[in-house]
Amino acid sequence: MLKDITIGQYFPGDSVIHRLDARFKIIFSILAAAMLFTAQNFVGLGIAAVFIVMCYAASGIQFRMILKSLKPIIPLIIFTGILNLFFIKGEEILAHWWIFKIHTEGAKIAAFMIVRIITLITGMSLLTYTTSPIMLTDAIEALLAPLKKLRFPVHELAMMMMIALRFIPLLIEETDKIMMAQKARGANLDAKGLIKKAKALIPILIPLFISAFKRANELAMAMECRCYKGGEGRTRLKKLNSSVLDFIALGLILCVFALIIVNNIAF
Amino acid sequence: MKIIRTENLDFDYEMLDDKGQVAEINPALRRVNLTVEKGEFLAILGHNGSGKSTLAKHFNGILLPTRGKVFVNDIDVSDDSKIYEIRQTVGMVFQNPDNQIVAAIVEEDVAFALENLGVPPAEIRERIDEAMRLVDIYKYHKHAPHRLSGGQKQRVAIAGVIAMRPQCIVLDEPTAMLDPKGRKEVMKTIKMLNEKGITIILITHYMEEAAQARRVVVMDKGEIIMDGTPRKIFAEVEKLKAVGLDVPQVTELSFELRKAGLHLPADILNEEEFARELSSVLQ
Repeated sequence: MLKDITIGQYFPGDSVIHRLDARFKIIFSILAAAMLFTAQNFVGLGIAAVFIVMCYAASGIQFRMILKSLKPIIPLIIFTGILNLFFIKGEEILAHWWIFKIHTEGAKIAAFMIVRIITLITGMSLLTYTTSPIMLTDAIEALLAPLKKLRFPVHELAMMMMIALRFIPLLIEETDKIMMAQKARGANLDAKGLIKKAKALIPILIPLFISAFKRANELAMAMECRCYKGGEGRTRLKKLNSSVLDFIALGLILCVFALIIVNNIAF
Repeated sequence: MKIIRTENLDFDYEMLDDKGQVAEINPALRRVNLTVEKGEFLAILGHNGSGKSTLAKHFNGILLPTRGKVFVNDIDVSDDSKIYEIRQTVGMVFQNPDNQIVAAIVEEDVAFALENLGVPPAEIRERIDEAMRLVDIYKYHKHAPHRLSGGQKQRVAIAGVIAMRPQCIVLDEPTAMLDPKGRKEVMKTIKMLNEKGITIILITHYMEEAAQARRVVVMDKGEIIMDGTPRKIFAEVEKLKAVGLDVPQVTELSFELRKAGLHLPADILNEEEFARELSSVLQ
């Protein structure tokens, strides 16, 4: 059951999008998000959405993955939609039923918000779909490198992310085992009610924590045995390489961004 | 040539109380004098709490002696400035393969030690490919470690150590968590590495594994109580039993048969030998 959870889903491939430098891809994602928030009307939003769909087409990621990435945020979409639909007042009334009034303005904004959230999430998902977690952590380390001057532990942060990615599947598997073991001992894990549910978690969490600390201890020793001494003087097997491709992509994104800004001013 | 030498090595585990004061001292090693020659295949036997793992952790400076000295290639292990040189010379593999793999991709993990040592990327590539081919996991180099079997994971851990090109590898019960198939794979790999000239120190409580070594050291209560070839050690069935150890099944069977009056040699180590001796006795 817990094994179905996948974090940082990555689909290996060799498309143009896959080949982009991870550092650039993070910047592109930030630009794409900025783009979506800059767009003030449906035309601008449409341009951004078409651009993201084109990126998906270029990446070779199946379109049904878009739907999959949206699944966890369906409640958020519905909530935003309803909120905007009923609470934004305009001059025209589109529908009227009992105490509920829907204004044309509200319907417009609701639709706008929904499209914005959907494109935002789809765009961000493309980053994790096409970048291996290790490349992603490396890129974050590289992008945050200037913060080292402020004594921000950038390398340590990246190392923690790397270890977390390695141990998430292990700990999930372990949670499954502990749940089964506790059920076999008569623990009632399907209790109803919030407090009872929280109480039911205790016999799972305590063994999980103890084992995680034990693992951490052993891992630290194994890392020491392999000469780990922090980020200083460390080299990497795979270097992040930017190519012409990245700059072309950057140019393309800036063009789309400019188009959206022009559109904002014009209409 | 000696690679590891301990001189009157003592080690105490200190139990601290709530205030951080030493409340209790548990001696784990007592006057251990051990020399390991280059190229040796040494097994250290002992039951739980005999101090064998504690001893192993002294060979690359994970633990430092309370009293006495440990030398690796004549370098004192307590010398802080040489610690990375020592850890590169003496690699270590632990019991649980899951808890010693750092990266989420096999080849990244094998590269971990070399990255730490600041080896240039091109050379890392070359050395990890060589290491992965040597232990026969190259075909999984892009896999996630948690998708591999126990034996495969343990070989990934071994590859990560091999990539450092150590002269000696200490394996602390590397097969204890593996199924019989994985155990066989790992033992085969260990023997192959020893044939390539790497010194092997195998900590184990499986008698069948110890019997494959060229020298066996038996530990009890923090002391070395026996030291010799497997043949010599396993011939002393009663002494081993007294410290809570078993002998390989065939050795035990021949021991019992000898007690019952059959003229079998005392130092039988494997099934073929036993079958041969038994058939000559019965004829």
